[in-house]
Amino acid sequence: MSQSYDRGLVEDFGRWTEFSAGMWAWIFHKFTGWVLVGYLFTHIAVLSTAMSGPEVYTSTLQGLESLLIVRFLEVGLLAVAVFHILNGVRLLLVDLGIGLESQDRSFYASLILTGAIVVASVPTFLAGAV
Amino acid sequence: MSQRYSSFEPKGTRWLLQRLTAAFLVVVLAFHFMLLHFVNHAADVTFAGTQMRMQTAGYFVTMVAFGLTATFHGVNGVYNALVNQGIDGTAKAVVKYGLVLAGLLLAVQIVRLSLVMAGISL
Repeated sequence: MSQSYDRGLVEDFGRWTEFSAGMWAWIFHKFTGWVLVGYLFTHIAVLSTAMSGPEVYTSTLQGLESLLIVRFLEVGLLAVAVFHILNGVRLLLVDLGIGLESQDRSFYASLILTGAIVVASVPTFLAGAV
Repeated sequence: MSQRYSSFEPKGTRWLLQRLTAAFLVVVLAFHFMLLHFVNHAADVTFAGTQMRMQTAGYFVTMVAFGLTATFHGVNGVYNALVNQGIDGTAKAVVKYGLVLAGLLLAVQIVRLSLVMAGISL
């Protein structure tokens, strides 16, 4: 017998203290998705300086990379991207019927793995800026 | 029994494309991060280096495909998120056509930019 659970609306953020792991996974995936699509438009806008000439492109990218705040924002972007990738793989597997009984654990694993990858990457991202 | 609860069944073209682009993006986004932050440091990127990479046919095709699939996945994802929030009627139509326009403009810019980076003039 299949069972359904009425967890209420996940869109009703005011009741966030009642959210289950699955609802947090949904919210984090939406949040990271919004950040990534915003970054996609920004990234293409910055790279489009190439259309103003090679020197403009190189000086723009290297100028941005010389700012410490940009390095920290890149670490944040990595965190967002890695979580979206890992949770996205989890969602694809769930869509294929794999790991249905361990969705909570695979969400927690996505979070932990994201944290580990981001912490391990910090030295590479900050190299030359601090 | 677990297969009974799988949602992997036909749910429309956009539903399937969102998953197919996701599977592609998982691989290419990870590759993009590795190549431009770990193999080549982002602070060392120059136009000459970018052009050298983009003049390799396989890399060029992969990056154009990366940009176009990311555009579809992102714009379609925003539309799905807003529909989940409950927009309908005129608001839904405005969002739909606004996102289609934004997506098309971005896609065109990605192709134009890729050609400039590769040094290809049409």
